[in-house]
This record gives sequence, structure tokens and C-alpha cells, in this order.
Amino acid sequence: MIEKALKGGSRYWLWIGFLFVLIIVGFLSYLKQLAHGLGITGMGRDVSWGLYIANFTFFVGVAASAVVVVLPYYIHDYKRFKGITILGEFLAISAVIMTILFIFVDLGAPSRVLNIILYPSPSSLLFWDMVVLTGYLILNIIIGWWSLDAEDKEMEQPRWIRPLVYISIPWAISIHTVTAFIYSGLIARSFWHTALLAPRFLASAFASGPSLLIILSLIAKRWAGLEVERDAIKKVSVIIAYALAIHIFFVLVEIFTVFYGDMPAHTDHFRFLFLGVTGKRFLVPWAWGSVICALIAFITLLKNSDRLNEKPLVFACILTILSIWAEKGIGLVIAGFIPTPLDEIPRYYPTLFEVLICIGIYATGFLVLTVLYKIAASIRGKNRPFS
Amino acid sequence: MNRRDFLKFAGVLAFGIAAHQSVNLISQSRARDEKKSTKAWAMAISFSACARREGCRDCIDICHLIHNVPEFDNPKDGLRWIWASPYESVFADQTNPFNRGMLKNLSVLCLCNHCDNPPCVKVCPTKATWKREDGIVMMDYHRCIGCRYCMAACPYGARSFNWRDPRPFIKNINKDYPNRMKGVVEKCNFCEERLSQGLIPACVDICPEKALIFGDLNDPDSEVSKVLRARFSIQRRPYLATGPRVFYIF
Repeated sequence: MIEKALKGGSRYWLWIGFLFVLIIVGFLSYLKQLAHGLGITGMGRDVSWGLYIANFTFFVGVAASAVVVVLPYYIHDYKRFKGITILGEFLAISAVIMTILFIFVDLGAPSRVLNIILYPSPSSLLFWDMVVLTGYLILNIIIGWWSLDAEDKEMEQPRWIRPLVYISIPWAISIHTVTAFIYSGLIARSFWHTALLAPRFLASAFASGPSLLIILSLIAKRWAGLEVERDAIKKVSVIIAYALAIHIFFVLVEIFTVFYGDMPAHTDHFRFLFLGVTGKRFLVPWAWGSVICALIAFITLLKNSDRLNEKPLVFACILTILSIWAEKGIGLVIAGFIPTPLDEIPRYYPTLFEVLICIGIYATGFLVLTVLYKIAASIRGKNRPFS
Repeated sequence: MNRRDFLKFAGVLAFGIAAHQSVNLISQSRARDEKKSTKAWAMAISFSACARREGCRDCIDICHLIHNVPEFDNPKDGLRWIWASPYESVFADQTNPFNRGMLKNLSVLCLCNHCDNPPCVKVCPTKATWKREDGIVMMDYHRCIGCRYCMAACPYGARSFNWRDPRPFIKNINKDYPNRMKGVVEKCNFCEERLSQGLIPACVDICPEKALIFGDLNDPDSEVSKVLRARFSIQRRPYLATGPRVFYIF
């Protein structure tokens, strides 16, 4: 089927070329990082995880959220999700690839990455994250690829795909749960050490991932003529609204618990995040930006839920993505390190190279996504400029 | 190869692997018995003795010198095995409005606590850091992949990462101790290389005020045991139940 991705109009090749340019820029930046060391990033002794791990966390959520369309389509036999389900599965594939790349570029000694397999350590959540992410990637490749292949050959979906789909549903929950456990299992950082973290991650993932999926579906519909039912988009937008509401509720629960208890070890991180400490307020715009985006997105989705105008929907989806990226990526990871165990307030600003490497990884994800959507479009879509 | 041969072959192979594994296990447990250390290394640091010499950095300098710890101008890239921080930062949870003034200018030596229940060991995805029988939390610089999960897990800020190639920033390279490459984590090792030669840690050895007391907690007559029995001591963030082996006395 892959040959279907090799035939396309000029716009298609222009887009692929553009992505390749970004990938090369990112790759060259990575070579620079390899030569110089991770000191080329904004990370340092006190804030030892940054933009890479933030993006990793966010995209694990995007990958997990495919379950929002897979579950209704396969378990509840909701036929109208047919078009959007394959897009969701393919989005999961490219998101998992991005998460693996984000972890990889964060490693100080990437040439030794196989040590995770050579010396398996079940007590480490990072080991389990590797297991569940790899498994999830394989599951989605098999499910997505073979169901599309069957369609291409105008055959029934092979019967062995069903059990794999059933496995993939709890598996999707597991990838984000394990990712939350990476943080919540640490007693050193009170900001992360909360049992609510995994539920929070899942709620925010089910808002941000489907938001990205709606935007991509609308693009795929317009440019590649892929059939995505209006009703599917509408249903997914309702799911986003509820997930966003649950996410906001969880954050408020956390804030109540922390501030009513009023223990400095717990409140300090939130104070730094939302108010700033001793003149260092570099996360404050991100924190409040995230809150404001989430509220506007929620209200827009509620008001739009029975009419489904595309413009406000896309607006709300973009705000949701930005809000969750700022909250779960930047806010969660960096504020976890500040204040430090020695009560210091260090600074963290990503460097240009760090940002370019991230953009290179986004472009890689989009390249994988474009190729997969292109294949889907050439099997299902009507002829459009992009296909 | 027919089915029968294959089964035979597989059987022999499985038996071989099982035998190899069990021999390994037996020999390992024997080795463990032999090596079974009766030691439990610990350190006590006296605030008052340490404070007698203001600005003294002897322990820090000797440690960083013999362990090839580089010195960077940019604190972001910095590494530390042992360092001094203000009391109110290190023991922020053990101050009150009355002792705050008294302790204001007090500097506290910090190093890896070699915890009984080390959170860093639990999270390492490659077993590059582990706890020895004698309580020393060790690092394998050659296995570490530089994920820095241990740094996130350490409640004491005791772990450092080589953000850059350290070699150009080491003033005098000590050939008797390995230097590190960029991209790996390192920390205090309680001078295990000296202990194995029957020497005490360099920081303890060099202290002109004898503010650092080191020894074996399993030996009731060791100096550290006696001091900890006789004097009031505190630990960093004891409520985390990591069981620090570094104690502070006044």
C-alpha cells in the first residue's frame, strides 16, 4: 500500500518537501546537541527535564486519546465513526513515534539506549513506559494497516483484528497512566506526588487529542477528500467538552486540596506556577494562558454543540490544544522542579536548538501522519487537489 | 530438521539454559554470602565544628579534585558531589521563627545521603545505580543512559549530570579515578575507592575541625555510632522515610 503515498499532486510534494526541510534542520540541531551535550538546551542542574519531556508527556496523551473514537466504533458498533476512526489510529501511530523521539533526544547517552532492554528494570516506570509505548505502536500499526489493506482489496476485515482492537483499548489507557506514574511515583517532587495525576492526564488527553483529531479530520476532508461524517465530528466535539469539564474539575480539586491544607511543600509549586516567586514569573503567563484558553474553549464548545459551525469549533479545538500543552507539558514538568529540593528558584528557558529539535520531531510526526492519511485517502477519498 | 529432532533440540536447549541459570544463581548467592558485608557506612556532620572556619572549602575542593569533578562558570552546567548551602534552604522544614535568626548564616554541608531506601535506585531503567550491601549507593558511569530520572527522584538534589564534556573543565586530572563522558549522571560515592583500600573518605580525612565523622553503624564502638548515640541528630527530610545515612549534629 505504501506506493500510494508516492503518487500525489504538486501541493502534496510541496508539503512533504517543507516537512523534510524542518526535519533536516531539526536533525542538524540534534547533531549539534550530540557534539556539545545537553548543555546546549535550557536544562540544567536544577531543572533537569524541559521541553522534550513536556512534549513527550503531551503526545502520549494524544496517542492515548485514539480510544475516544476506537471504542465507540468497535465496541458500540457506532458506524458513523468509520471515517474518523482510521484517522484516530493513524494519529496515534505518529504521536507514539513522536513520544519515542522526544525521549530519545532527551537521553544524555543515546548510544546506550538498548541498556533499557539489556538490563530490564521492572521497578522503573520508564521501563514500563517503553514496554507500553512500543506495544501500543505495534498494535496500532497492525490494526490500522490491515483494516485499510482489507478495504483496499475489498475484503472483510480479518477476524483476528477484533481481539487486537479489544486489547488496544485498555492499552491506550495504560500508556497515559504509566506516563503519569513516572511523575506521581516520585516522593521528591510534591507537585507530582498526587494520585489524581493519572486521572488528570487522561481527562486532559481526551480533550486535547480529539481536538487535534478534529482539526486533522477537517483538513483531510477538505484537502484529501476523506470521508468524515459530520455527525462523527459533532459527537467528538461533545466528548471534548465533557473531557475538558472533567479536566477543569480535577485541577480545581487539586488546587483546593493543596491550598486548604496550606503546607508550604505543596503550595510552593502552585504559588510559583500561578503567581511567581521573588520576581521570577516566567511560568505565570503559561499558567493563566492555559486557564483562560480552557475556559473559552469550554464555553465555545457548549454554545456550538447543537449547531456545529466549523469556525468556532476549530477555534475551540486550537484553544484546547494550547491550553493542555501549556498545562500538562510546560506547567507540569517545569513547575515540578521549582522550587528545588534546596528551596531555590532556578530559571528555565528553552534554547533555539532545543526548539528546532522539537520542531524537527513535530515535522517527523506530521510526515508519518501525512503518508498514512495519503494512503487512507487514496483508498477511501475522492480525488482532490492534495491527493 | 523434522519435528522430533526439533523437540529434542529445544528440550536440550531449555535444559541447558535452566542449568546455566541455576548454576549462576547458586554461585551468585555464594558470592553474596562471602562478600556479605557487616558494614553499614554512615556519616555525622557537626554544624558547630564546621562553622568554626568560615569560608573553609577544604572538603569540597579535595573531593572534587580526587574525583575529577569539573568546574563550570555557568551554574546551570555545574556538577557537585559535596557542597554547602544555607541551613534555611537545606532544612527549610526544620526552622521556626525563633531559630531562624540564630541559624541565618549557618552553612550546611550536603552530599548524597546514601539512603537505606534510595528513591533514585528504584527509578533507574538500566540498574546503572544500585545500593551495595554496605549501604553505599553506587553509579555505573558506563551503563547510565542519561535519562535523569534519578535526578527527578532524588529529594536532596544530590545528583549531577554532565551537561557538557567535563574533561576540558577539570583542572588537574586524577589518573587514579575515572573521569566521565558527557551525558551521564554522577554523585558522591562515599569514597568507596578509598574505603576498599582501608582509608576513610577524603572529606572526613581533610577536615581541620574534625567536623565530619565517618564509620560503621554496625560496629557499636565506631566513632559515628558513639556520637549518634550520645548526641541529638537530625536528617534531611526524614518524613520521606528514605533513611538518610548522613546525620547532622549541633
